[in-house]
Amino acid sequence: MSEPPHRRRAHASSSDLERYAGLFAERTRVMRSSAMRDLMAVTARPEVISLAGGLPDTSTFPPQTFAAQMTRIAQESAAEALQYGPTEGFSETVDCIVEVMGAEGMLPDPDDVIVTTGGQQAIDLLCKALVDPGDVVICEAPTYPGAIPVFCSYQAETIQIECDGEGMRIAELEDTLERLDVEGRRPKFIYSVPTFQNPAGVTMSLARRRRLVEIARSRELLVVEDNPYGLLRFGGEPLPPLYQLDGGDFVIYVGTFSKILSPGIRLGWAVAPPPVMEKVVLGKQAADLCSSTLTQYFVREYFAEGRWREYIESLTELYRDRRDAMIEALRRYFPPQASWTEPEGGLFIWATLPPYIDTSDLLAKALRDDVAFVPGQAAYVDGRGRNSMRLNFSGSGEDGLREGIRRIGRVVEEQVELYSALTNSATSSAPAQAKESDMDSPGLPRPGVAESERDGGDVLPFRKAEGA
Amino acid sequence: MKVAVLKGGRSLERGVSLRSGARVEDALERLGHEVLALEADGEMVKHLAAARPDIAFIAMHGPGGEDGTAQELLEILGISFTGPGVAACARCIDKVLAKHELRAAGIPTPDWFAFNETAFRELGAADALAGLEDRLGFPLVVKPSRGGSALGIKFAENWFDVPEALVSAFSYDDRVLLERFVDGRELAVSVLGDEPLPVVEVIPQAGDSYDFEARYEIGRTSFVCPAELSAEESAAVVEAALGAYRALGCSGFSRVDLILAADGPQVLEVNAIPGLTDTSLLPQAAEAAGVPFEQLIERILDLAMAPTGT
Repeated sequence: MSEPPHRRRAHASSSDLERYAGLFAERTRVMRSSAMRDLMAVTARPEVISLAGGLPDTSTFPPQTFAAQMTRIAQESAAEALQYGPTEGFSETVDCIVEVMGAEGMLPDPDDVIVTTGGQQAIDLLCKALVDPGDVVICEAPTYPGAIPVFCSYQAETIQIECDGEGMRIAELEDTLERLDVEGRRPKFIYSVPTFQNPAGVTMSLARRRRLVEIARSRELLVVEDNPYGLLRFGGEPLPPLYQLDGGDFVIYVGTFSKILSPGIRLGWAVAPPPVMEKVVLGKQAADLCSSTLTQYFVREYFAEGRWREYIESLTELYRDRRDAMIEALRRYFPPQASWTEPEGGLFIWATLPPYIDTSDLLAKALRDDVAFVPGQAAYVDGRGRNSMRLNFSGSGEDGLREGIRRIGRVVEEQVELYSALTNSATSSAPAQAKESDMDSPGLPRPGVAESERDGGDVLPFRKAEGA
Repeated sequence: MKVAVLKGGRSLERGVSLRSGARVEDALERLGHEVLALEADGEMVKHLAAARPDIAFIAMHGPGGEDGTAQELLEILGISFTGPGVAACARCIDKVLAKHELRAAGIPTPDWFAFNETAFRELGAADALAGLEDRLGFPLVVKPSRGGSALGIKFAENWFDVPEALVSAFSYDDRVLLERFVDGRELAVSVLGDEPLPVVEVIPQAGDSYDFEARYEIGRTSFVCPAELSAEESAAVVEAALGAYRALGCSGFSRVDLILAADGPQVLEVNAIPGLTDTSLLPQAAEAAGVPFEQLIERILDLAMAPTGT
């Protein structure tokens, strides 16, 4: 096969770069560090067992179904499927969305729904509609790593509220809101992934959900509920989404087909009250006119077949086994100083190591053993999370998960041993010994005791390792 | 000429290497050479042996490409290559070895102590750490001995930070150095052939002075080339840089990183194969000297083809 003719762009000279640099918008200054990018580039080597991605396992989607649906679209609606569509999305797609949300007990008004290019675009469009530079956005600590660049690119001041086993600490949220009141500032919205959170895997308790919705209503604050994983529950009782508790006045909902069907079709949605929706639609027009018509047809055909719930059930079983395999491997291969969350659904486990281990550096070491994860720092705006990591269990088979965890466990073990060799020496300096006492409380910086008592429970993470 | 461009590899600087390589290929094509782009992987030697290029342009950074490994293979294959030879690469990649050579040659470099992991695990080296405070003082810089980018480099403000910084640095290499922190202006002198190019000053934005990563990003760091130096400062910096380049046996091209302190320059390290990307310092310095990128690449090829005394 011969390569098509192409022109190679002349590379920029440094004076060109200088000229471009002068043109860059202020918001480009917040790009992620290049060192971290280079590190993540190495995780893409094919021999690497990557627990870093957030990939659903698309290999389980039946190719015959895919082929039959695309054939039907080609035969019956080729011209329409190849054409532009409405900015809000097709009403048939919205019907499918209403059906999916109904499965979790929500009853949105179809007029409040906009189809977006993945849930990611929904977050972007909401920021575009709501956030001016310097505005406050509140989210969880840790938060979805993919939301941070969005908040940053709209130059929001992002404030992160600590999570524990019951999700975002609402008492801490209230303290923060009080403080902002005193400063005369009002957050534009509170972003939360309340169910099987990315990256921590925790789920907000019903009591906290109620309190959060009450706060939103009484203070007339917007909450953005991002719920990509709600239907991927392996155990425990389903909890009502914030959107359901609120009825859609102050809670804006973000959903996606990525984790229940396919991320490749790039379809998600937002549900918002009409005044907000109006601005979001204008923003979407400017961004991309409409989401893919072709894949919206695909969704329509797929839902018409009526087997989408069965497919989610099969995914849920698959991911449950993988979660179990990962937890078993963590118990076996991670040292007692490590701890991790045990999610009842979703795609991620959040593991935390002793405070002296920087997981970005650990990743460099792990990559030599061909295994990768997301360093915890990626889930914070302020450099916290250095000793934590996000581990994905949906994208690899059980053997791969076990092997991956075994390899990470080995490098962690080496670091732990080295640190104790550095600090336990009889005559080594006293301050080094003092540092070790921090090992009693691994993980995120400790909140005040008062805070802890008010919300109950340990701040993330929990200690789960055997003998810990 | 038929030029093989070697790029990629498994080092953590793979991304930079791919960008350097692409830019070099581009320039070579414009210069009318036949370009053979080669990923540094298990097939590299086979491809080189089959294609028999006139010369290999090594656009690899970090262990594997910048440490003498690729250079050694090319010598075995009898293919000329760009940049420093095997021994110079081996000396430059290992900061500890390089500092010993520099000191032996009378080139100023900050005081340091080096340890390998075995020393801590088996020989109780932690006990020796207490003696470092008097010798190096705080803050001090902890670095992996091998590793080109900012990864794994930490500042220790006091004793509390040292064990943690060591654990980080040992993630990249089994040998680390603790180096006296030298306060001063950060300078880079690229050398082409045996000629120094204009000095580049690297100025991190306020607040980023301890953030090495910031130095690799457009917008967060500014570069001044040529750096504003007095005639005496300039002479001292260039002398130290050329001295380091020669002491480590470099040829072709390399980049010397220094700090200009109140009492003169101190050489931190020599990068045997510095980056050649859009934002890299060597191309910037060449341009400031009136040498556009293509001419720089042609000159590097000429230097590699010409028989030298080294």
